[in-house]
Amino acid sequence: MQIYLPIAEVSINAFLLLGLGGLVGILSGMFGVGGGFLMTPLLFFIGIPPAVAVATEANQIVASSFSGFLAHFRRKNVDIKMGFVLLVGGLIGAAIGVQVFALLREIGQVDLLVKLCYVLFLGIIGILMFFESLRAIRRSKNPTHKRIIKKRHNWIHNLPFKAKFRTSGLYISVIPPTCIGFIVGILSAIMGVGGGFIMVPAMIYLLGMPTKVVVGTSLFQIIFVTAFATVMHATTNYTVDMALAVLLLIGGVLGAQIGTRIGLRLKAEQLRILLSLIVMLVCLKIAGDLVLEPKELFSLDMGITH
Amino acid sequence: MIVRVVTFLLSLMIANNAIAERLVAQLSKEEVAITANFDGSEIFIYGAIKHDESDKIISPLEVVITVSGPTEKLYVRKKSKHALIWLNTETIEIDSAPSFYAVASTGNLKEIINNTENLKHKISIREVIRSIGNPATIKNPTDFTEGLIRIRNQNNLYQDLDNSISLTDETLFATTINLPSNLVEGEYTIRFLLARDGKVIDQLSTTIPVNKVGLERWIFDLSRQQPLIYGLLSLFIAIFAGWLASAVFRYIRI
Repeated sequence: MQIYLPIAEVSINAFLLLGLGGLVGILSGMFGVGGGFLMTPLLFFIGIPPAVAVATEANQIVASSFSGFLAHFRRKNVDIKMGFVLLVGGLIGAAIGVQVFALLREIGQVDLLVKLCYVLFLGIIGILMFFESLRAIRRSKNPTHKRIIKKRHNWIHNLPFKAKFRTSGLYISVIPPTCIGFIVGILSAIMGVGGGFIMVPAMIYLLGMPTKVVVGTSLFQIIFVTAFATVMHATTNYTVDMALAVLLLIGGVLGAQIGTRIGLRLKAEQLRILLSLIVMLVCLKIAGDLVLEPKELFSLDMGITH
Repeated sequence: MIVRVVTFLLSLMIANNAIAERLVAQLSKEEVAITANFDGSEIFIYGAIKHDESDKIISPLEVVITVSGPTEKLYVRKKSKHALIWLNTETIEIDSAPSFYAVASTGNLKEIINNTENLKHKISIREVIRSIGNPATIKNPTDFTEGLIRIRNQNNLYQDLDNSISLTDETLFATTINLPSNLVEGEYTIRFLLARDGKVIDQLSTTIPVNKVGLERWIFDLSRQQPLIYGLLSLFIAIFAGWLASAVFRYIRI
């Protein structure tokens, strides 16, 4: 069944969109990522204009994150206080990111920037996460090699403005989470993603938050940052396609619920190794696009759509 | 005043009579409506050539029909390899290019219309695309235009339809133009050209509106006229859907 998207001005099979939404929704619920890092490139691939894909994806992530967040919230797996600290940085970052995006769009390099960001961040995170989870799995199979759990006291713990995050069991400075939120905010505006795939590992490895609360807290922050991005895109670029968003989010919210339940049944290490594999796969695909000679050297740019 | 108008009309009629053959044409529909399940559309175009009785057939008549979507300004960028990666390095501005363009003819367009006439009447797609004042640093600006045409050809937005008009007894002609699903709204211009010996001997044009209707219309208008409300509504739908899915799943406890 073909459906004509009023803002994107293309006709796409509705079931394809529902399916994509569902698939990405499952990942969203499982890993606490918005799924945008997968969905945005997929939307480009099926022929949605990039500007519309980025803006509409932000809108869809609001839905799947909210659905996933509620499921985690009921299980008390959300550190609301930490979420707010991340959010402050996130909103500032998103506002700056939108400006950077507009600037690069003018000189025609937004495509390159987006792809380089994907390759860099997905690559680093994918590899780090993969080897870390591999070690974790090996440890759990070999109980004699029990790791001595020590509270690492590095520079992060010497920063001022310390606050107690009870749900996470942490007493740390608010500066690192604000910075993480800020970087994620910039990237979410530029890459059309929620930023969970960066935030989740950062919360685990940099802040030392327990994996259990990381997913829900990440979703909490993503809801607000992507909601902000949706309104910004709708009012400045007119690129949010409501029909596209609705189709993606029907699939997305259902998928997120299923994903959350799958996630609860898997072990944290398995979950992370799976996510790292997906992240590396997407990274390789995008890197390939940059390095291999494209079939068509020319591309069309309609300028900013009004 | 009345006399002047009458003489003007008379002179027009005389001028028209001087042409041996004239075109009359009709479209199968008056508008193209883009609905929610729009998946491209067909326009059946037909017409006739009015012959003068004294007219002797010297060389064959040919018909050319062009369908053009609204024109727009755009940029064509070219990638080249710089230290491992391919990136956009050159850009030219196309001042005006139609969002859709189809040329149908009774034969091979190059044989039907000679070069001068093609330039004068802007018939083939290369004549329609307008690009002026590009930086001197770009060596082959025509490559960029060719790139644009190639990309749009692949998306069925530019169509070369040689031998696609049927002409019966040098009088009745008909063709079908397939409009793709990725259509842009606006007035589409349809031109009819009658040619003999490579020259255009008569032409007429008409327009057909392509418009979004119903829900498509409503969504589009809201997004342009009330962007803030549109954005908030999109958010509301998202939050509501997220809550609904969560509530439903909790209820059925999968």
